[in-house]
Amino acid sequence: MTDIAIAAEGLRKTYRGVAALDGFRLSVPAGSVCGLLGPNGAGKTTAVRILATLLSFDAGRVTVAGADVARQPEQVRERIALTGQYSAVDGSLTGRQNLVLFGRLHHLGRRAAQARADELLEQFDLTGAAHRSATEYSGGMQRRLDLAASLIRSPRVLFLDEPTTGLDPRSRNQVWDTVRKLVADGTTVLLTTQYLDEADQLADRISVVDTGRVVAEGTPDELKAAIGADRLEVVIREHDRLTDAAALLGRIGSVDVDADTRRLRVAVTDRVAALVEAARILRDAAITVDDLGIRRPTLDEAFLSLTGHRPSASAPEEN
Amino acid sequence: MTTALADGWVMTGRYLRHVVREPEQIILYFSLPIMFVLVFGYVFGSGMAVGGDSYREYLLPGVFVMTQLYGLGATATAISLDINRGVVDRFRSMPTARSALMVGRSTADLTRAVLEMLVLVICGLLVGWQWHRGAGAALAAIGLILLLRLALTWVGIYLGSVVPNPDTVSLIVFPLAFPLTALSNVFVPPEAMPAWLGAIAEWNPISATVSAARELFGNPGAHSEHAIALAVAWPVLLLVIFAPLAVRRYRKLGR
Repeated sequence: MTDIAIAAEGLRKTYRGVAALDGFRLSVPAGSVCGLLGPNGAGKTTAVRILATLLSFDAGRVTVAGADVARQPEQVRERIALTGQYSAVDGSLTGRQNLVLFGRLHHLGRRAAQARADELLEQFDLTGAAHRSATEYSGGMQRRLDLAASLIRSPRVLFLDEPTTGLDPRSRNQVWDTVRKLVADGTTVLLTTQYLDEADQLADRISVVDTGRVVAEGTPDELKAAIGADRLEVVIREHDRLTDAAALLGRIGSVDVDADTRRLRVAVTDRVAALVEAARILRDAAITVDDLGIRRPTLDEAFLSLTGHRPSASAPEEN
Repeated sequence: MTTALADGWVMTGRYLRHVVREPEQIILYFSLPIMFVLVFGYVFGSGMAVGGDSYREYLLPGVFVMTQLYGLGATATAISLDINRGVVDRFRSMPTARSALMVGRSTADLTRAVLEMLVLVICGLLVGWQWHRGAGAALAAIGLILLLRLALTWVGIYLGSVVPNPDTVSLIVFPLAFPLTALSNVFVPPEAMPAWLGAIAEWNPISATVSAARELFGNPGAHSEHAIALAVAWPVLLLVIFAPLAVRRYRKLGR
């Protein structure tokens, strides 16, 4: 086995004549976190469901944890776990009964399944709620139970489909911490999200998905860099010095003026030199500065420039 | 194969645990059979006679079988609800046998049917119904009724897995089950029907089991010659058709 944990090539999936995936490709090195970032209906969930053997596909080649998804789905299922955007536990059972059930369906013996359940309840801070119905759990607790259920047999590849959609910030941080710990232990994680900061926080590499294909791929920094240079941003105190400032900063690079906010933006390449130069010019011309700094483009802007539209952070992806 | 059986058994435990955790359901489960025996036994049983014999004696084996048929509704609804829950995605992404969920449902419902039969027989005895050919034959009759129920659980499972919406499932079961009981020998001997209706009633799988049960219980109305053979053949045929269809359907969920 190579050290590529997830490999997809030329993946196609059509629903009633509409292509949900159209030449989707992905390559995720073992032990890393890959973020699939894209708007609703981009095909993220379809891709994850195919990779997790839940959905058939029309064309392409997919390998997960060294096994062919189409030909060896059983082997794939032995090595993966999936936590979807909706709770995938049995609401009529207690938290502990759920974990024991999943353990037994993973072919652990009764004793082993019970021991593992107690271990996971402890680890996910659910021991106190172990004997309550899963439906009575809060959103954050349910997601933790979901994650715990995914970790019964330490999976080699973990799929997280919008794991923090609908969670409060505290629960979201808990999920993020868990993911980081898993990755530190060598698990490969494929994460879909509509939240740019989530991808930025967790992912080693990001694949931007739009209309069923990967439109850009790279580290968060590479993606930000790909859409353009860093910018020098200056906000000056006095409105009537804007023209002067624009003329002076024009020596560094092309200037974009926003008169309302008294803000000037200059595209730069050498960030430190530009910053020092701008500070000197403005001081020499006695222009009072409210703010001066280098701004990297946000992932939000990267997304906009790559796909032509902003990611929506509203309703979960339909499928 | 052993893992498939083990997984199915674990899933049976899951369904039985649901019942234990929602005890109010048990009351609902048993209200139907009790109602059937009391209502049909007293209301019809007191006012009618079939060929000079007690109608209650004639009717009760039919009521036993009819209860099994209506049990199909609960099976179908439960499977449909389950399939629409996220938890099935988890089952399907795990190295669990593809048959486990459905085998579990079938076994759990059969367990329920055994208890229902017990309630039915007790109620039957209370209203004056009896078996006349010994306990062995009576148990054989109950065995045949449960065999039909086993087959019907798979019909229900298939139904529940094809109809996308649990609400629709509960709606279509009655129009499906009602004509099957009406056009059978449950209430009226087929000889008493117009010839073409009688023919349908004779060949109805429900009638086969009812006839066989009447024969084994020693109740009136059993004069079909191959009743017992048919009461074995029909359920086996239903099983052979619907069990593979249902499991195939589960494999292809969400495609």
